[in-house]
Amino acid sequence: MLRLENISFQADGKEILKQIDLTVDDRFVAITGPNGSGKSTLLKIIMGLLTPTSGRIWLDGEDITKLSVTDRANRGISFAFQQPVRFKGLRVRDLLELAGGRDKKDGERFAHACEVLSEVGLCARDYIDRELDDTLSGGEMKRIEIAMAAARGTKMTLFDEPEAGIDLWSFQSLIQVFEKLYQETSGTIMIISHQERILNIADKIIYLKDGEVLEYDEGMQVMEHLSSDIRPAACSVLLNTQQAPCAESR
Amino acid sequence: MDAIQKNLLKEVAALDALPVGAYNIRSNGQSAARNTTASIDIVTKEDKQGIDIIIKPGTKNQSVHIPVIISQSGLKEMVYNDFFIGEDCDVTIIAGCGISNCGGEDSRHDGVHSFYVGKGSRVKYVEKHYGEGTGRGKRLMNPTTVIELSENSVMELETSQIGGIDDTLRVTSAKLAAGACVIIHDKILTEGDQKAKAELRVELNGDGSSCDMISRGVAKGSSYQEVVIGIDGNAACSGHAECDSIIMDQGVIVATPQLKATNVDAALIHEAAIGKIAGEQLMKLMTMGLSEKEAEEMIIRGFLQ
Repeated sequence: MLRLENISFQADGKEILKQIDLTVDDRFVAITGPNGSGKSTLLKIIMGLLTPTSGRIWLDGEDITKLSVTDRANRGISFAFQQPVRFKGLRVRDLLELAGGRDKKDGERFAHACEVLSEVGLCARDYIDRELDDTLSGGEMKRIEIAMAAARGTKMTLFDEPEAGIDLWSFQSLIQVFEKLYQETSGTIMIISHQERILNIADKIIYLKDGEVLEYDEGMQVMEHLSSDIRPAACSVLLNTQQAPCAESR
Repeated sequence: MDAIQKNLLKEVAALDALPVGAYNIRSNGQSAARNTTASIDIVTKEDKQGIDIIIKPGTKNQSVHIPVIISQSGLKEMVYNDFFIGEDCDVTIIAGCGISNCGGEDSRHDGVHSFYVGKGSRVKYVEKHYGEGTGRGKRLMNPTTVIELSENSVMELETSQIGGIDDTLRVTSAKLAAGACVIIHDKILTEGDQKAKAELRVELNGDGSSCDMISRGVAKGSSYQEVVIGIDGNAACSGHAECDSIIMDQGVIVATPQLKATNVDAALIHEAAIGKIAGEQLMKLMTMGLSEKEAEEMIIRGFLQ
């Protein structure tokens, strides 16, 4: 269970998150809201990539506010970046094997790496030895990023707009990755998304606006309560999966 | 061969036992083992230290190992190895030098490797430099590689020096005839107060000749690296050079690209970048459970992979 207690975050004199109090005890939680509402900031604060200006974070009863990113990762939090990081020289298999666990034997880690790569719709034979550099497209990098987070299989997995940059043909396999992760781990998945198909399968939806949680309830309840002022901006995509996914800048 | 020598051999040539095919193992200034085959001959030079490696035309899928190891503190040597590769060959040459110096005197290996590659031949050349030992004496290496590629021949070089060598000047030069191609991947890591200078120069003299040179360096501690990558385009040719470096601690890296075109149809490109490890790369690996130090090591290992 994750508990955010009075979390605020300020940057350049602007209040990005305002005293957020939230207890997440559901298995699949989607975070949605307009651009600039603080969704990515919230996930980064949970991972430890950003330090809150005030407030505390609890994971399964432990105060993790002052823990480093590494310590949080080893406590069971994983993070899929909205814009995946590229590495010169490191190959897809290097990071997937790392994600798969250092305690596994070489053969097991390799087999697991190939399996998760296939799950995100990439042919393991073609991609496993590719370098994570500029030779991979944005969409390929994105799928590998999702595969890395899924491969860790931790008790809490955070996805920052996983659908951004993924083509419609791959979207179904993306959903399957979340469903498999849901079934195989007993943990929590938190996803920033604007896609109706993801919001539909979420146990609960957090609706953020201007750094505040306006709604945190079951999916249908939140969808019904979405006020008309956000419909043109954020909900056009929610209501029409054929549109291109939104890009989130922060 | 003692345990130290065996370890050096493993480090520079990945050898646990004598290799298959032709070889010449030089240990502490002497030829320790040699084997020739029907198509590859190895002959000791009479006028100076070194050997001639003569590969008959048409030799395919064969290898030559010529590692050099030095475990005797204070040993200094200058060695000349000449490779005569006939036409239409396809061979792999594994060279490399390892120095273990536990004494107080400097140990030094200077080697000049000259390659004469016949028409239409393909050569893969792997050279690894390695140093170890806790003595006050320095480990010094100055390798020079001179290459002449005949028409339509190809040579691929993988050279590396990952720490352990206190001072080095590495010079590689190549002259290419029409249709010839050279690919050079050079990797170097320096640490402590080590110094390394490298000069890679290619002359593209024939129409259709090409080169692709990639140099990757990591300077840690207060070490110093200088790299000069030069391409002369003297024909209708294409050349690409890339010099990528990671700087850490108080390390210093000087990268100098030099492109010279004397023909309007020469297409030459150079890319150079020096920078620290990107914070987002460290963060990504830390979200996967690595400490900052482990993340740094993994990034460097990949960069020099």
